[in-house]
Parts: sequence; structure tokens; C-alpha cells
Amino acid sequence: MDYATLLQILESTLRLATPLLFACLAGLYSERAGIFDIGLEGKMLAAAMGSAAVAYLTGSVWLGLFAGIAASLLFALIHGLAAITFRGNQLISGVALNFLASGITVLVAQALFSQGGRTPQLTGGARFYDITLPFAETVRDVPVIGPLYNQVISGHQLLVYVALALVPLSWWVLARTRFGLRLRAVGENPAAVDTAGVSVVGLRFAAVAITGVLCGLAGAYMATALQAGFGREMTAGRGYIALAALIFAKWRPIAALWACLLFGFFQAIALRSDVVDAVVPFKVPVPFLDALPYILTVIVLAGFIGKAIPPRAGGEPYVKER
Amino acid sequence: MDRLPPWADVVLVPLISLVLAAIISALVLLSIGQSPAEAFRVMVEGALGSAYGWGYTLYYSTSFIFTGLAVTVAFHAGLFNIGGEGQAQLGGLGVALVCLSLPWPHWTLALAAASLGAALFGAAWAMIPAYLQARRGSHIVITTIMFNYIAAAFLVYVLDRLRPTGQMDPASARFPEVVKLPTLDVIPGLNLIFDKPVPANVTLFLALAMAVVVWAMLWRTRIGYQIRAFGKSEAAARYAGIDPFKIIMIAMLLSGGLAGMMSVNNVMGEAERLLLNSSEGAGFIGIAVALMGRNHPVGVVLAALLFGFLYQGGAELGLWTSIPIEMRIVVQGLVILFTGALDMMVRMLLTRVLGLMRSQKLGVT
Repeated sequence: MDYATLLQILESTLRLATPLLFACLAGLYSERAGIFDIGLEGKMLAAAMGSAAVAYLTGSVWLGLFAGIAASLLFALIHGLAAITFRGNQLISGVALNFLASGITVLVAQALFSQGGRTPQLTGGARFYDITLPFAETVRDVPVIGPLYNQVISGHQLLVYVALALVPLSWWVLARTRFGLRLRAVGENPAAVDTAGVSVVGLRFAAVAITGVLCGLAGAYMATALQAGFGREMTAGRGYIALAALIFAKWRPIAALWACLLFGFFQAIALRSDVVDAVVPFKVPVPFLDALPYILTVIVLAGFIGKAIPPRAGGEPYVKER
Repeated sequence: MDRLPPWADVVLVPLISLVLAAIISALVLLSIGQSPAEAFRVMVEGALGSAYGWGYTLYYSTSFIFTGLAVTVAFHAGLFNIGGEGQAQLGGLGVALVCLSLPWPHWTLALAAASLGAALFGAAWAMIPAYLQARRGSHIVITTIMFNYIAAAFLVYVLDRLRPTGQMDPASARFPEVVKLPTLDVIPGLNLIFDKPVPANVTLFLALAMAVVVWAMLWRTRIGYQIRAFGKSEAAARYAGIDPFKIIMIAMLLSGGLAGMMSVNNVMGEAERLLLNSSEGAGFIGIAVALMGRNHPVGVVLAALLFGFLYQGGAELGLWTSIPIEMRIVVQGLVILFTGALDMMVRMLLTRVLGLMRSQKLGVT
């Protein structure tokens, strides 16, 4: 494998890791606040449909982005209603919302466009376009680092950089702000937070809403940047891979970046089986590459690579003592 | 909060959840410019209006009874098995290997062996998540989700190997004619009702038998009692000398086995070869069926009938109207949401209404 091929793979790694990163950080806020969310997939799907439909109808990718976030936020609030207000089973709620999103996106897309549950191809201002970072052209001829900067780091859509910027931001919010401290506390010991006079319900709804916004970004990126439009089930399990990455990263923002890049890398090489065949001395079946993120997550869950300990109050509804 | 009387809990709560799901579904249909009444008419006519329609409804119901029972057994042990989909697909592999490996003299022998093979493969796929939960505390929901994806990838790989030379589509060879299961239209007596070929087959009776077996196991045996005790309170069960490792393993192996057995219905009874994604989401519908059926085999059978109707009716919608077939996934999601996640809301609503009625009655006398 030559350097040019490596750069191609790294470039698509970053592109494919972005929706995972948005969704993974989305899950991070929710789960750190004690609300399990296996409905990341459904929220991404709803956002993908919403953003593609509105971007097509208005011709503005920004309006599409807002519509995608709104759609995802709606699903997040239903999850909050079920999990926080009515103290229902958070896992079942997530499963239900995934099905709901899977069906309703096709129904709405079909009703709007009559194209077999897809939206029309997005063109022009209805899509995000690549951004060339400063000096990308000037440093291109610098050996090794030049092409790396020019091809891998520069030339992505805006949302890729937003996702990357969200990693340190999330770390700062969770580790260095009062809101972050309370958010983490409500996921470990909600009774203590309640005793301190801070609203458990309010904090958890805030966390669920952040999850909604970030899943909205993930879905909008899928439909308006990575691809040009919405198709049925287009997220293809990415919400679950993001969940896997979250566990792999042991619920920490910086580690989440590496986990998502790793899983994005697997997706990138699964698309380039010719490269895998050239590098690995034996034949690696493509399905094995597809399954690798899931297999790794199971190994992590089994506690063979350090122990993944979820937030202590995760999944348990908080009942105020009377 | 007042406690609900048992009859309200068993009958009214699922019924009200169902009505709420139906109302939202109707609103969804209205909002995309369709008529809910017309849609319902097409569904009833297509799924229940003829023996032919019933033949499909019962075919789907058969699969859902298996997967619903699978989720039920795990639920009673306090475990949420979302892995029914992967376990059913592995069960399909078991069925295919049994049917293709030996020259079977008669379908009855093949059915017995295939059921066993399906159950073994399904149980084997549930075993690793079960072991990881029991020994290392890895959350069973996450591991079973991961195993669904691993199963899907594994079957892509296996079917590529199992595919006869010269065949393009990823599927196993067709099973020999002799292992074909009798469908309801060729069974003497029933063929008077079912005059056209239908996919519903003898597996239906196997499914009903398994419902009885699961009921007897859960409520009439020592291990069933232990499973239910463990599910109610792990600490109390542990104190009573019940081994958590044993219970988690047994409950999950039974659950995986039941999910795997569903493949007898679709792989052996209908497709007659193993296809990619053979279970087509039936593993997930088991969750809705178990929740709707209040985790009781009788309820599961009734809920499976309801979902059989929904699936056949949904297919008819896709055929005869401009409503996409995905409508049935919307209804499925709503049923799971209302029966599984928002049941507290339904209960609170009901308690208030019943309390109101009671106080009025007292006021009159």
C-alpha cells in the first residue's frame, strides 16, 4: 500500500467517523445523566429525512439542518417523556422510537415526493460543500505532511470540523462547568443532586435535549453532506455503532473521538477490500470487517480491555422520596 | 397511588394502549393525506376477509408466537433479549443444515430434527451474551444488539459458502421436496376451509404446543418458579439459594432456542431454502408481542394473532393503496411505546378514571 492510498483511506475514515462522533457524543450526554438511549439510530434517521426534505423544498441546507435538529429533538422529547416523566423502561422506549422513526420517515418521504420513500437528489445550496482550509494549496508540495494536510485534514464539509470541535467542548462542559458536574452527578446519584436542591427532572431533560440536537446534526450530516438526500434506513445501524463506540470509550469525550475514528476506519477499509487483501497475508472476508466494531464492543463489554463501567444510576428512573 | 384491580391490569391496560396506538396511527395516516377508515377496511379485508388472507395472517402469527415466547421467557428472568433477530437467523442456518445434510425419508422426521437444530443454533447464539451477563456483568441488551449485527455479517459469509455453484443470489440450495412441510390447504379437514395454497403450515401447531410448554415450564416447574423469582427480585432469589448464573443461562438458552425455532416456519415451511435476512424483523416483533401479551403465553398467542393481522394487512396496504408497507412498522413502534414505555401513563389515566367512577357510585348509594 502506498502513501496515496493510505491518505485516501484516512480521508474517508474522517468522513465516515463524523456521524458516529456526533451520535456518540449525543449518547454521552444522555447516558452520563442516567438516561440510556438506544434510540440514537431512530433520531438520526428522523433528522436525515427532515433535513433532506426541507433542504430540497427550500433549497437551503441551513433550513434543512434546523429541520433535522427539530425532528430529532421531537423524538428526544418523547423519549424524555417516557423515561423521565412517566418513569418507563428506557430501553423499550428507545427500541419503540427506532421502529417509529424507521417507518414514519419512509411514510413522510413517500407522501411528499412519491419516489419510493426517498427524497430527490440534493444539489447546489441544498447540500454542504467542502471547505478548503487556509494554506492547503501552499503546503501541498511539502513532503509527507503537505499531502496529509491537503487531502486528509482540509477539504471536508463544515460539519466535520464542528464534530471535531465538539469533542474538546464536551470535555470542557462535562469536566469543568457547574452544569457538567451536576449532569454527571445526576447520572451517578440523583438523590444527592435532589438533596442539593437541583432539579433532577430538569437536568435530565436538558441532557436528553442535547442528545436530540447532536443526533440531529448526525442525521443532517448523513443526508446533506455525506450523501445527497434521504433513503430508507440510510443510517444503516450507525446509531448502534455509535453506542458501541460510547461503551468502547467508557463514556468519555476524548476517548469517544478515538473510538469513532477507529470504527470509521473499519468502515473505510470495508469499502476498500482490495487494499486489505494487498496488506494482510491471508484472505479477510468483507463481512468480518463489517462485524469488527460489534465484535470489539463485545470484547470491551466482557471486560477484557479494562472495565467499562456505566454511570451508576443509568437506566433507573428517579423517584423522589415523599 | 391506588392499585388497579387485576382485571383492569390484564385486560384494560393493553386494550387502552392498543387504542392509543391506533389513534396515533390514524393521525399519521390523516397527516399524509390518507383515509384511516379506508386503510383499516383494506387491512381487515385482506387479512381476515378470506381463508386465503387468514392463511397469510396465521403464517406470520406462527413466527411471532415463537419470538414472543422467546422475549417472554427472558423477561420473566428480568432479562431483555433484543437478540431474537440474530438468534432466529442462526436458527435458520440450523434448519438449512439439517434439511440439506441428510436424505430424509419423511417430513415428520425432518421437522423434528430441524426444530432441534433451529433451537440448538438459536440457543448457541444466545449463549455468549448470556455467559457474559452472568459471569462478567456485561449488559445483555447491548451484547444481544451487537450479536444481531454479528449474526447478519456471519450469515452473509456463510451463505456465500453455502451457495450452490452457478447461483448468483446469496441463498442456500433448495431443500429436497420430501422435507416440504404440509401447508394448511393440504391437511385433510383444514383443506375444506383453505381452498387456495397458503404459507401457513404445520409449524403453527408446533408454535401453539410451545406456548403450552412455556406456560407449564414457567408456572408448573421448579425451574420456572426459580426464573420468575429471580426476575422479581435478584437479591431475594439469591438469599433463597437460587444460583443466578444457572438461571440467567437457562432463561437465555430457552429464549434463544425459541427464537431460533421460528425459522422452522419461514425457512422450512415457506422459503424452502435459507435466504439472507430470513427472519425479516420477526425477532424484533417478538418484543411488541411479549409486551402486548403481558408476558403470558395466552396473551402472546393473542398478540401474535394481532400482529399477524397487522403484517398481512400492512402488506395488503402496500399492494392496493398508496400507503407504504412501512405503515406496519409505525404501528409496531407505537404499540411498543404505549405498552412498554408509557404503560405508567396509561395506568395513571386508568386509575384516575376508575377512581372517579367508584366515587360517583358511592355518591349515588
